[in-house]
Amino acid sequence: MSRMKVEEKTFEKTKMSGALMLIEALKSENVEVIFGYPGGAVLPLYDKLYQSGVFHVLTRHEQGAIHAAEGYARISGKPGVVIATSGPGATNIVTGLTDAMMDSLPLVVFTGQVATSVIGSDAFQEADVLGITMPITKYNYQVRDISELPKIIKEAFHIATTGRPGPVLIDIPKNITTAEGEFDYEQEVHLPGYQPTTQPNHLQIRRLVEAVSQSKKPVILAGAGVLHANASNELRQYAEQQNIPVVHTLLGLGGFPADHPLFLGMAGMHGTYTANMALYECDLLINIGARFDDRVTGNLKYFAPKATVAHIDIDPAEIGKNVPTKIPIVSDAKAALQELIHQQGKPADTTAWLDQLNEWKRRFPLYYEDDAQTIKPQKLIEMIYELTNGDAIITTDVGQHQMWAAQYYKFNKPHRWVTSGGLGTMGFGLPAAIGAQLADRNATVVSIVGDGGFQMTFQELAVIQELRLPIKVVIINNQALGMVRQWQELFYEKRYSHSLIPNQPDFVKLAEAYNMPGFRAKTEAEAMEVLKKAFAIDGPVLLDFHVKADENVYPMVAPGKGLHEMVGVKACEELSQ
Amino acid sequence: MTVNNRPGVLNRITGLFTKRHYNIESITVGHTEVEGISRMTFVVNVEDERTAEQIIKQLNKQIDVLKVSDITDQAIVARELALVKVSVTPALRQEIYTLIEPFRASVVDVSKDSLVIQVTGESEKVEALIELLRPYGIKEVARTGTTAFTRGSQKTAAMHKTAFII
Repeated sequence: MSRMKVEEKTFEKTKMSGALMLIEALKSENVEVIFGYPGGAVLPLYDKLYQSGVFHVLTRHEQGAIHAAEGYARISGKPGVVIATSGPGATNIVTGLTDAMMDSLPLVVFTGQVATSVIGSDAFQEADVLGITMPITKYNYQVRDISELPKIIKEAFHIATTGRPGPVLIDIPKNITTAEGEFDYEQEVHLPGYQPTTQPNHLQIRRLVEAVSQSKKPVILAGAGVLHANASNELRQYAEQQNIPVVHTLLGLGGFPADHPLFLGMAGMHGTYTANMALYECDLLINIGARFDDRVTGNLKYFAPKATVAHIDIDPAEIGKNVPTKIPIVSDAKAALQELIHQQGKPADTTAWLDQLNEWKRRFPLYYEDDAQTIKPQKLIEMIYELTNGDAIITTDVGQHQMWAAQYYKFNKPHRWVTSGGLGTMGFGLPAAIGAQLADRNATVVSIVGDGGFQMTFQELAVIQELRLPIKVVIINNQALGMVRQWQELFYEKRYSHSLIPNQPDFVKLAEAYNMPGFRAKTEAEAMEVLKKAFAIDGPVLLDFHVKADENVYPMVAPGKGLHEMVGVKACEELSQ
Repeated sequence: MTVNNRPGVLNRITGLFTKRHYNIESITVGHTEVEGISRMTFVVNVEDERTAEQIIKQLNKQIDVLKVSDITDQAIVARELALVKVSVTPALRQEIYTLIEPFRASVVDVSKDSLVIQVTGESEKVEALIELLRPYGIKEVARTGTTAFTRGSQKTAAMHKTAFII
């Protein structure tokens, strides 16, 4: 045994090329899959990848690679790894980096770069990737010397996955990948300027316990921070222990079970009446891992006007950024919730408050008018929910279909919801589904996309087909950029400037071109039929649903309005049955 | 503020100011007594306490930033250096010497029709000297921006309208 150890030690100190170092480092980090696209500057890297045994998914566009990595990260909780070449390869991932930055997804992205000897000379496929990606990454590096490479990769994985997660980019000049150096990956990460606070301050915890015990109308606003911290169980325990109702942000969905009596729905621009009114009326607002995005708060002037605000966040810069905060708690959500549960403070007397909320839930539910002659997109989401037992991984783009999915697919479990929140990226859902499926091979993955966004990245159907990933691609086809159309209808006097696309291609034929089954439906009955057919197939299926084209997403808080000023809310007794 | 002296750090920090819409009045950067660590001093105009707090938090979030202090309300030593080239005929030289003397400024270059004056001090002092020299005809001014320190003893707090972040 001891001899083997000695041999291993010697092997570690062997000189190797930068390209090989990178692959060895990825193996040490237990990277299961790389999403990438080769090119000139990464040729040495791809050469070493060739027989490395590392699983590499060749997407058909670098944007597809990075969104797939985001989907993978969202579901697995592990960092998504991307390789792109220099210049255009690197600029093609800019959208995905920004998306991951906004939604706090851990990524480690490698970009090729021209050789150090020609950097700055406007060489072929040279781009200032360090400069371009500085504001859209948690951190970025350019490797200047082979000796730094192992340390940089190690730091990159550390930075991407700790504290508030985010994308880290490593720009590697071509000559660094061929240079030889010593590979030592066992060194400690030492970053004096990066020491995230993960444990809550006890004084602030006690202040929150005290505030809860005195409040009559508390509410928890739970964001994706709960999911990143794997704190769903703790959130539920805490809410039940203290009798506090919970609302979710868009990205937080699944952190608290949607069928739980204390759950009020999603808050924000298209949130439920009850969730928004709870935020408006509450006397204590406990934000856990959400960043008070403007789509959640509406006009800040009217946001939680009567509330004492407590905010638990791993990122201190988010606390007090948009909403003045009385009780700041810089911490990992799980650690803070565990501490709060442990304190066993006197629960709030919320009986009257919960009665009020339940009354709102009963009187002002989400609603739509059913119409069997067409497909109501809301109904379609409900059908998908039923057929998948609420158990599927749902991925979306941005827009109407995203909001309907968030409203009508009731997420009872964490890590089932993959959507582009902060950046609102069209074309995200389809490639993200690839990553999500690779992160959870046994899950049913449904990629719900619009006819607009689908066409931004549908080239990735090739990957779905090639790997026979059993993803169900659901196109909510309203022959329009639906959310743009909705805003034009409501705020621009129905001047539908460049938002109607009546001549969309035949998506079913497109499915055929990609050698996968494709079905179309135009009525509710047809929709049910093709959905059943699709879920019975163990393989990829594309579904084109021609939904009612002028359907809008409601309720809605118009821009500039407060959360209490929702439109499109009806009391159940007014609803036509 | 102290930062790792690494390529791109200044870009990172000024980029952050641009991205978050904060205006930098002045900025100075230089080595500290510790190798590999630089000191940056910013003078920033902010509207309220919350903005100042947000700037500091955003700076602290940067991985290369080691320490940030807002020294606006502390007793500080703040200095700026300016070089002022003034058109001066030999006949007027003596007048200029007399003029700059109370400022403890010095003449660092002389030619037949101009003088270069070097002045150090707080911004207001530099400003005052430049105004006095203006009537003689200023050809060029080069200013460094403010660099600052907290004083060893913090008995009296200085009041400033602008925020110093060091």
